[in-house]
Amino acid sequence: MTTNAATEAPDWPGPHASPERIVDPPHWGRWVALAAVVVGLAWIAYQLITNPGFQWDIVGRYLFDPIVLRGVAMTIQLTVLVMAIGVVVGVLVGLMRMSRDPLLNFCAHGFVWFFRGTPVLVQLVFWYNLAALFPQLSFGIPFDGPKFFEVSATAAISSFTAALLGLGLNEGAYMAEIIRAGLLSIDAGQTEASKALGHRPWQTFRVVVLPQAMKAIVPPTGNQFIGMLKYTSIASVVALHELMHSVETIYSRTYETMPLLIVAALWYLFMVSVLSVVQHFIERHYLKGWQAEVHTPLQS
Amino acid sequence: MTVHETPSGEIVPLVRISNVWKKRGANVVLKGVNLVAHQGTVVCLLGPSGAGKSTLLRCINAIELPDRGMIHLDGVAIGCRQEGDKFIRLSEREVSRQRADIGMVFQNFNLFPHMSVLENIIDAPMRVRGEGRAAATQRAHDLLGRVGLADKAKAYPRHLSGGQQQRIAIARALAMQPKLMLFDEPTSALDPHLTDEVLDVMKGLAGAGMTMIVVTHEVAFARQVGDVAAIMADGVIIEAGPARDVLTRPQDPRTRKFLAKSLQKQQE
Ligand SMILES: Nc1ncnc2c1ncn2[C@@H]1O[C@H](COP(=O)(O)OP(=O)(O)OP(=O)(O)O)[C@@H](O)[C@H]1O
Ligand SMILES: [Mg+2]
Repeated sequence: MTTNAATEAPDWPGPHASPERIVDPPHWGRWVALAAVVVGLAWIAYQLITNPGFQWDIVGRYLFDPIVLRGVAMTIQLTVLVMAIGVVVGVLVGLMRMSRDPLLNFCAHGFVWFFRGTPVLVQLVFWYNLAALFPQLSFGIPFDGPKFFEVSATAAISSFTAALLGLGLNEGAYMAEIIRAGLLSIDAGQTEASKALGHRPWQTFRVVVLPQAMKAIVPPTGNQFIGMLKYTSIASVVALHELMHSVETIYSRTYETMPLLIVAALWYLFMVSVLSVVQHFIERHYLKGWQAEVHTPLQS
Repeated sequence: MTVHETPSGEIVPLVRISNVWKKRGANVVLKGVNLVAHQGTVVCLLGPSGAGKSTLLRCINAIELPDRGMIHLDGVAIGCRQEGDKFIRLSEREVSRQRADIGMVFQNFNLFPHMSVLENIIDAPMRVRGEGRAAATQRAHDLLGRVGLADKAKAYPRHLSGGQQQRIAIARALAMQPKLMLFDEPTSALDPHLTDEVLDVMKGLAGAGMTMIVVTHEVAFARQVGDVAAIMADGVIIEAGPARDVLTRPQDPRTRKFLAKSLQKQQE
């Protein structure tokens, strides 16, 4: 205050005005690393182009083959529906696990315990073969009470439904834990402040807790989503024609295994890339007001 | 200043805390607390750490429910309703309606970090009271002016100093037009310079006739602004009366010891 008696704040100095401008030191290591990476990539590209084993012409022929495209569509459809089931079940079970009601808590615990604890393969086959255990599916009073509604299990459980139930419920158990972890990361003071303003319980959850928890929920959910995209190939055991099963049916006939696996890989890579971009924008939305403030090594 | 009276001419206080008991786990935190706060007065609650001050404040706006005893706001029981000789806990939904009339300011501000300052202030008036955006925004700007932060409406809480955050938190509570304001050590997380800017806002509020219950370690503030001072220790109020009397001529030896200690701390 005493040394600078100017009545107005001074202007920001021009680019050459001040000799004390602070600049970053040169990053020599980064240039060396760049050279190494470029050489590495060039070698990979060379191999991809010159090695005849990749059979790029066959890859090109099958990339947009109707059977492959149908497989892609099925994979997308299954992944989206499974994740939708997973998120809905996950939110419900996650909330139940955090409830103070002992019965809800017990049920949620049991659900997570069972569906995380048994192999998905077994769950899939179980749903698919439900007809063998319960030939008739009915809706009514249990223990031989009156029935309101009845269908044969073989008709109700198609391979698609079996895949949906098997993968969806399993995913729900994992999502429940992700959502619970996200909710636990929010300071109790936030809930209290929200309550003190007169928010009803549901408003506190939706307006204050969930948007903040999303910051911790979105990245692992993106991970699950991407994992699920590839994991849906397990549904081939219940004879569902998703991408992997589609290329299998082709190469088991033509023996062009390598190029067809590359076709599948390219499609997976493409779908994962789209998902990653979507995830990036969702993350950015929920980082509003936060900005990266975590410092890790390798950042400078 | 409106004063409520019973037909017999007795003045009804805005807040009446009668014989409140509260257990937390095994230890009894509140052991029969009695306290009243009259309309338009400032009650300062002082006492050593662990005395149960925060717990009492949280009972007043039903973030916690006492195990025994009653708290009335404007003659209405908080957190429960009477049926015959039984007191039945209200649902969270019903309690939330009562809380809307009570403003609360926390030691560590608890602003919502994912909302801008303006959103922090207008959310509850719109969502809870059903006000229009235009009206809520208008009042938010008025309040921001009142706490001296008219230019911060678009900022996010993380980019504000502690003192600024606490003043926003006060504005957020005031936006609900509460009948009563509760403060739980609003300046304990702030350094002395920032403390003053928050205390100044609170003085202005007291001057405007707001009923306030303030948990604080600022003895000077309590003496200057408080109408009533209540000293709490071990879950009971050991001394209560006009702030100037209690804080200058304490009767209870425990109060004397506590005040001497806080004075010593302030001189350090
Ligand atoms: N979650 C809890 N479980 C068990 N005991 C608790 C819990 N929270 C607080 N207590 C106990 O309750 C008593 C009163 O706590 P309270 O926070 O109301 O005190 P306080 O007067 O506000 O103290 P301070 O000045 O430190 O804020 C303390 O003895 C504390 O140990
Ligand atoms: Mg406290």
